Amino acid sequence: MKTPDLLDLATRNLRESILRNSLTTIGISVGVASLVSMMSLGIGLQRMISVRLERVGFDLLTVMNRANNPMAGGGGDLSQSNPADERALDEAARLEIEKLPGVVEAYPQIRFPGEFAFGDLTRRAISTGLPDSVKTTDDFNNVKGRFFSSQQAAEAMIDKTFAAELLGKNVARPGRGILKKALAQTAALDAGALAKEILGKDLVLNYTERLAGNDQAGGYSVLPRQTTLKVVGVLDIDMQSRYFRMGVFLPLKFAQGLRVMQFTDPRVTTPVYNNLIVRVKDSAHVQAVEDTVKKMGFGAFSIQDAMRSLRQGFAVFDMFLGVFGSLALAVASIGIVNTLVMAILERRREIGIMKAIGASDSDVKRVFFAEAGAMGVLGGVVGVLLGWLIGRAISFGTNIYLTRQGAPNVEVWYVSWWLVGGAIGFAVVVSLLAGWYPASRASRLDPVEALRYQ
Amino acid sequence: MTPNSSSPPAVRIDNLQRHFQMGTSVVRAVDGITLEVAAGDFVALLGASGSGKSSLLNLLAGLDRPTAGSVVVHGKDLAQLSRNELAGYRLRTAGMVFQSFNLIPTMSLVENVELPMRFAEVDRAERLSLAKKALERVGLAPRLAHRPTELSGGEQQRAAIARALINHPQLLLADEPTGNLDSRTGAEIMNLIVECRAALGMTVVMVTHERALAERYARRMLFLADGKLIDDVVNSPENGASR
Repeated sequence: MKTPDLLDLATRNLRESILRNSLTTIGISVGVASLVSMMSLGIGLQRMISVRLERVGFDLLTVMNRANNPMAGGGGDLSQSNPADERALDEAARLEIEKLPGVVEAYPQIRFPGEFAFGDLTRRAISTGLPDSVKTTDDFNNVKGRFFSSQQAAEAMIDKTFAAELLGKNVARPGRGILKKALAQTAALDAGALAKEILGKDLVLNYTERLAGNDQAGGYSVLPRQTTLKVVGVLDIDMQSRYFRMGVFLPLKFAQGLRVMQFTDPRVTTPVYNNLIVRVKDSAHVQAVEDTVKKMGFGAFSIQDAMRSLRQGFAVFDMFLGVFGSLALAVASIGIVNTLVMAILERRREIGIMKAIGASDSDVKRVFFAEAGAMGVLGGVVGVLLGWLIGRAISFGTNIYLTRQGAPNVEVWYVSWWLVGGAIGFAVVVSLLAGWYPASRASRLDPVEALRYQ
Repeated sequence: MTPNSSSPPAVRIDNLQRHFQMGTSVVRAVDGITLEVAAGDFVALLGASGSGKSSLLNLLAGLDRPTAGSVVVHGKDLAQLSRNELAGYRLRTAGMVFQSFNLIPTMSLVENVELPMRFAEVDRAERLSLAKKALERVGLAPRLAHRPTELSGGEQQRAAIARALINHPQLLLADEPTGNLDSRTGAEIMNLIVECRAALGMTVVMVTHERALAERYARRMLFLADGKLIDDVVNSPENGASR
């Protein structure tokens, strides 16, 4: 029998027992919908996290002093670390890393808590040193005011929340008020308006300078210092950025020159960096540079590492979701077997007639197979739509909650084309497998027996 | 049409046996029948219930396989054919008409008649056109889209004949074709079979338990009892079977 005739016969048979076949098809749809909604949630979460990681930069590599940082693969416990493996992440090391092939720049991550005086007001905030290369990134391309005039300039860009605080606006900060209120207020702040009030004004930074050299006991001296900065820009940095709520930004070279006491200082004899940020030409160079840096005795971590473990983690997570989603489809497949076995009983005489007038075993088998397949296709398509609707509802619900919390909306749920195709294909394959036994049984019916059946 | 005795026989049956195991006993439904049927002949199989005539017809139709012996139809030994080849034989060589018509109730008449051509992979347009013509020939032109349940017994049997003949079989096998019909309608159906046999030049084997019917239409009457052939009578039908 030709395929169009086969499909025509199958759909006509399905229409004859419309209620029973519809119920079976709904069963498949529910199975596919559960699979799609589960998988799309997994994929959506993975995408959401990936997008955030990508914003941090694929061309960046963080180099850490292995001895100080358990995350870098070294011993946080000094008693167990091997001193020979440890190498200070100092200026010499920075220069060496910067000369590696593929490296564009290697700059220290300068970040310290400082006390800022603005008029009569004194506030504490995190200060971060920025190289000129960040100027073109998303976070800094819409600065109200301008970027630093030079790396040596005594200038500051400030986050809009901190600007509002310095201007005496009553802004709740995380820790003081509840997060929801703080986020809502942050979102409502107009960076442009704040910039008009604060640009060009002086901000006084109070910090602790570490003096060069150590005394005989291995200790060192510190001095309280003060420096005046000119506010040149106000930043509107969103929550997904790694610079969110960082407070104050200084030119990197200027910040380095302050020689602010670092957390690691008391343990080492010469000044070292906590972390270096290494920027490479493109993401293809990351792995090679990372390997070299590790051989040099430092810890290194890139977004690619994070992405790799993220992918591995999500592969397991997606499989887990997929197995759960498939359970409903497995139950539905039993429905197909049941429906078709019932159909064989009812249509026994019809099968006998078909064989008497020339249908081969394979013709009969293919008719039942096509019926199972048609239920699979229909169930798959309806199931994908249903799964999509469930996903939209989850997304909608999540975003209502986030909006109430004052957080930006996210897409926790994502249906890719391969998921649509895969889910429908899977439904068809499961349906055909479920149809195998009934179809074989129908094809083996003895025509004389079948014709005798009333 | 007169059977041609010089050409090879349409059917050659040799020591044919079909036994069924019923619990501990063996039922010999067909028990050593040997006969030949000439091409173009009209043969009636007569006998009481359980004499083995329907079993013999099922063996001729390739719906059943013999326990022993052979059935050769137009040179094909049915016992040697695979299941697939037997399906092909039923599709192209042997057409069947049943007492209970056996039309598929969920299909219209035209769909019932074109069904064998679906299995023969004939194109849809050609199939529909041939099925319509066949139904017109048996006088069912206004009933094409009707379902079998909307038709009288005689109309259903005419549609069943149209279906049996749609692939131009060389052998028409009819199992009590008038059994469910009144005598007038039965006569109409028999006349239709006789006409078709004459027009298509096929061999007809009909099972009946009505001797009068056989005498009116068949050229040859084979009497069966307990699975054995007990008499073979050449008949001069009054109703045109020798035309």
